[in-house]
Amino acid sequence: MSEEHPKPEELVKIDFQPPDKDWMDVPPSFKKGTYNYPAAKKNIDYLGFPHGRQWSVEDKDWGLPSNWKETVLAGMKDRLERFRSFSVFMDICVRCGACADKCHFYMGSGDPKNMPVLRAELLRSVYRQNFTTAGKIFGKLAGGRELTEDVIKEWYYYFYQCTECRRCSVFCPYGIDTAEITMMARELMYDLGIGINWALEPAANCFRTGNHLGLQPHTFKDNVDFVVDELEEATGIRAEPSFNRKGAEILFVTPSADVFAEPAIYTFMGYLLLFKFLDLDVTLSTYTSEGGNFGLFTSHDTIKRLNAKMYAEAKRLGVKWILGGECGHMWRVVHEYMDTLNGPADFLEVPKSPVTGTVFEHARSTKMVHICEFTADLIKHNKLRLDPARNDAVIPTFHDSCNPARAMGLLEEPRYILRNVCNQFYEMPENTIREQTFCCAGGAGLGNDENMEMRLRGGLPRGAALKHVRDTHGVNTMACVCAIDKATLPPLAEYWAPGVRICGVHELVGNALVMDGESEDRKARRINLRKETAEEQGGGADV
Amino acid sequence: MKALYALVAVAVLFAIAYLAGPSMQVVFAVAVPYAAMAIFLAGVVYRVAFKWGKAPVPFAIATTCGQQKSLPWIRQAKVENPSSTMGVVARMALEVLVFRSLFRNTKMSVKGPGHVTYDGEWMLWAGAIVFHYSFLVIVLRHMRFFTEPVVPVATLLQKVDGFFELGVPTLYITGVTLVVAVGFLLARRLVSPQLRYISLVADYFPLFLIIGIGLSGIVMRHFMKTDVVGIKELAVGLVTFKPVVSKSIAPIFYGHVFLVSVLLAYFPFSKLTHMAGVFMSPTRNLRCNSREVRHVNPWNHPVKVHTYEEYEDEFRDKMKAVGLPVEKDE
Repeated sequence: MSEEHPKPEELVKIDFQPPDKDWMDVPPSFKKGTYNYPAAKKNIDYLGFPHGRQWSVEDKDWGLPSNWKETVLAGMKDRLERFRSFSVFMDICVRCGACADKCHFYMGSGDPKNMPVLRAELLRSVYRQNFTTAGKIFGKLAGGRELTEDVIKEWYYYFYQCTECRRCSVFCPYGIDTAEITMMARELMYDLGIGINWALEPAANCFRTGNHLGLQPHTFKDNVDFVVDELEEATGIRAEPSFNRKGAEILFVTPSADVFAEPAIYTFMGYLLLFKFLDLDVTLSTYTSEGGNFGLFTSHDTIKRLNAKMYAEAKRLGVKWILGGECGHMWRVVHEYMDTLNGPADFLEVPKSPVTGTVFEHARSTKMVHICEFTADLIKHNKLRLDPARNDAVIPTFHDSCNPARAMGLLEEPRYILRNVCNQFYEMPENTIREQTFCCAGGAGLGNDENMEMRLRGGLPRGAALKHVRDTHGVNTMACVCAIDKATLPPLAEYWAPGVRICGVHELVGNALVMDGESEDRKARRINLRKETAEEQGGGADV
Repeated sequence: MKALYALVAVAVLFAIAYLAGPSMQVVFAVAVPYAAMAIFLAGVVYRVAFKWGKAPVPFAIATTCGQQKSLPWIRQAKVENPSSTMGVVARMALEVLVFRSLFRNTKMSVKGPGHVTYDGEWMLWAGAIVFHYSFLVIVLRHMRFFTEPVVPVATLLQKVDGFFELGVPTLYITGVTLVVAVGFLLARRLVSPQLRYISLVADYFPLFLIIGIGLSGIVMRHFMKTDVVGIKELAVGLVTFKPVVSKSIAPIFYGHVFLVSVLLAYFPFSKLTHMAGVFMSPTRNLRCNSREVRHVNPWNHPVKVHTYEEYEDEFRDKMKAVGLPVEKDE
């Protein structure tokens, strides 16, 4: 990584001076390391999007369908009529610029089209030209511009340099949400058969196999079995989950990365220990084996198509309610879209913790509870036997993931858990946490290797805050509640704040949980879930 | 360049009315203001009720800026993450009355590898607050022209606004603060390279228009005196639909009124609709309780899903081989 990309000292020499030419006259230039590869034809076709074709970003001709312009304009008209957000946000921006330096990609690149305001103008200019009286009469003078193939290329570049993190919408005096605008732009591009593969292939896989890597049911089970074996080696405890079990009380849905990707598997181990400790009547499903919803990065209809599996499976298995694992955008979908799209879930019961008797009133309609809400309630009721000293080699901070923070408000629950399972805890600076948290720069389908330079750039603010707590408090671990974070933050931390590692909140819960039948090594606090000794864990702090 | 276009446009508009007004009194003092007001009202109603209002809010996409309502012992941010209607009202009131979100503004600087700072940046917020409230007071103060007997709010504001009793006639504080604040907002746009880059003619035009209105008003009051009694007659006549135009009204009045008319007529077709739009913004005006109460989408159309049956049909043998339960056993 360090060979291919500029070193941090080089990368922070960011030129914030905009070009001399008007932004409408600056065509996009696709720089290696800062764009995503197009969606493969097979995935476009599989999900039923039109105009599937093989093409490459470097091609001069992107092979747009012959009626592409009419398609885009018809698509805009349709969405202006179906989404008040889109209709209002196209009209009311005053370009005050408050959003500009709130975007991690602008901060790390200096590219003015990464200011949320200008990102939206890429679409707004076309809107004005074609849908407003002033734009139709005065054209460019009224901020309109002609829809050309270059505009589509520009959209592709910049609407895939937005992670839909919504930080700008916190600062906008009118609440204009760039995620909403990016979602519309991506839908419009899908009407032309244009998307990125890192989002669409997972979406296609989820549709077919239930999870984003395309693990078939037997393989999914194999992966879980592997984690179970590893967990047994680390702890002496065999904690086998059940699959597709009818009549279970609770269906547990978590991002599939939890069963195959490091460090997410350690979070999964934490869940397994917790379920075993509580003797919880819970089942996994291979059919809905992915919590993450790659539809959110694709189109509203795709959100619905993928999300439908959760309620369908809950109904088929006859469970009472659904428990959701640590995931960012999955929770945006669950909190803000699921009930609307695929509800009402009147076949489920209002979630009630079988351990504490707590009724989760705030989830009474959707019937789905976040694992951090569930665990925080357990700790509050003193139902867990926790030994935080087992995490003493861990000096954690907490990274609020964009969606749980800004599309839900899950701020205190994970912090409460961390304070109970660790003896130390340090916050990053206040402009970088809670509702002002920074994205990992790899969300919304951008967390791929071809886009690595852009991710490192977008990771600047998170990396800087992390380095700050590493240097001032000796923080060696950043906990988070998002599978994309767990996949994309490790290279970022290695680049910006070497020595800090990434873990899930429930990995630390798993470490601290005192269970019956533990191995001698675990009892003696000699190893954690990663099978590391305290010395090996603390290794990160000595920088 | 864009700023220049806007400046020239405003200057030309003013000049037209200044020169033509006195000889075409009925046009500039009656017809244009009526037309402008009609366009303003119809335009805003159209935009709010028929454009934005007709588009549904399909999803509960509130931006949450604080702790959610979850467990009873965790303190909810009832205004920043409201779950009740009262919470939303409070959130919107803060947004509309004190520009709460803009108040969060910070200025970021990249100081070095791993060193980024965020300083509070309240100038934009302050400029916006001073400008909007000055404008509001000025509009209300002008009610003394349109009402007979004068409504008490106009009299009161007039007294408060002229508190310092500087000069004769008394200088209104808001007249000065309006021009200064708008001047600041304009300067900001011109000085900062980034803001200049994102600004459109449509961003400069209303700024120059409002500066023009403010300055012409101040000049009319303090330097180029005009027939106030005649203006009052005209204003009362306009609102009672019996307009009378006095011959002795000075040309600057026509310039002033014409710029106001242009502002009114321009309003519904421009970014100025943010005044109404802020109330319609779904990231702010929705309750954040979408797991507690189902949000209904009127166009929630069916989509093709991959059913469990299809899934099991494809993978049944593999599922059985590893002992996963299946629905059909053949």
